[in-house]
Amino acid sequence: MSAVADEIPISERGPAPTRIVVSFGFWLFLLSDIVVFSGLFAAYAVLAHRTAAGPSGAELFDLKRVFIETCCLLASSFTCGLCILALERRALSIIYAWAAVTFVLGAAFVSLEVSEFAGMLSQGNGPSRSAFLSAFFALVGTHGIHVTVGLCWLAIMMAQIATLGLKPKVAQRLVCFSLFWHALDLVWIGVFTIVYLGART
Amino acid sequence: MSNERTQVTKNPMSAEAEESTSNLQSYLLGLGLAIVLTLASFGAAVTHVVWAPGLAVLLAVLAIAQMGVHLVFFLHVSSSPDSANTILALAFGIFVVGLVVFGSIIIMANLNTHMLPMEELIHMQR
Repeated sequence: MSAVADEIPISERGPAPTRIVVSFGFWLFLLSDIVVFSGLFAAYAVLAHRTAAGPSGAELFDLKRVFIETCCLLASSFTCGLCILALERRALSIIYAWAAVTFVLGAAFVSLEVSEFAGMLSQGNGPSRSAFLSAFFALVGTHGIHVTVGLCWLAIMMAQIATLGLKPKVAQRLVCFSLFWHALDLVWIGVFTIVYLGART
Repeated sequence: MSNERTQVTKNPMSAEAEESTSNLQSYLLGLGLAIVLTLASFGAAVTHVVWAPGLAVLLAVLAIAQMGVHLVFFLHVSSSPDSANTILALAFGIFVVGLVVFGSIIIMANLNTHMLPMEELIHMQR
C-alpha cells in the first residue's frame, strides 16, 4: 500500500478519499473544541483556590462517584470502538447492541453528574457561591453538555441507520461520532485529574 | 513488487479480517492500559503512599500517559503517512492549549504577587 503510494508523485495522486478528508476536517473541529476547554481549564486553574470562604474542592467532591463516572465514560469509549469495528464488518445487530451499551453508559455518566450538581445546588453551593465554583460549574458543566449532545447524536445515528441503512454517508457520520466520543473521554481525563484529584493535592 | 501486488489482490478478505482483529486487539490493549492508569491515579490520590509534594507531578504524568493511550489506541493517531496532517494539527492544538493554560497561570500568578493585599488596598482608598 505504502510502496504504491510512494511511486506516484503527490501532485498526480488526485484528491484524497472522502473518508480521509472528512475525518481530518472533523479532527480540526475536535481540536478547536479542545481549545475551548483549555480556556475553561485555565480559568479553573487560576480560580481553584478563590473559594470566598466557601467550601473547597476537597470538602465538596465525592471521589467514589467520580471514579464510577470515569469507569462509565471509559467503558462507553471502548464499546463505541467495538461499535465501529462492527460497522466495518457491516454487522447491523452488533452495531445496535454496542451503540445501546454506549448510550446507557453515557446516560449513567450524565445522570451521576446531574445528581452531583443537584446535591451541590441544594446545599447552596451553586455557581454563584464563589469564583472557584463558577469555574467548576463552567468547566464540568460544559463537558456534561458535550456528553449530552453526544447522546442525542448517537440516538439520531441509530435512527438514521434504521431508516437509511448503512449508506457510506451514514457510516461516515457514525465514525465522526466515535471520534467525538473518544475526544470527550480525552477531555474527561483532564477534568478528573485537575479538578477532582487535584483537589486532594 | 509484482509479487507483492498479486499477493495483496489474491486474498483481500483475509487481509481485511486480519486488520479488524488487530483493531480489536488495539482497543483491548488501550482499554487495559487506560484502566491501569486510571486506577493508578485514583489510588495515588486517595491513599497517601506517594510523597505528598510529588503527587501533583505524578498525577500529571499519569494523565498525559492516559491521553497518549487514548490518542493512539482509540483515536488511531499513528505515524503512518495517512495521519501526517492529523499529527501536524494535533501539534498545533497542543501548542495553543499549552499557551492558553500556562500563559494564564503565569500571568495571573504574576499579577497576584504584585497586587497589594485586599485590606491594604481598602485602607488606601479611604
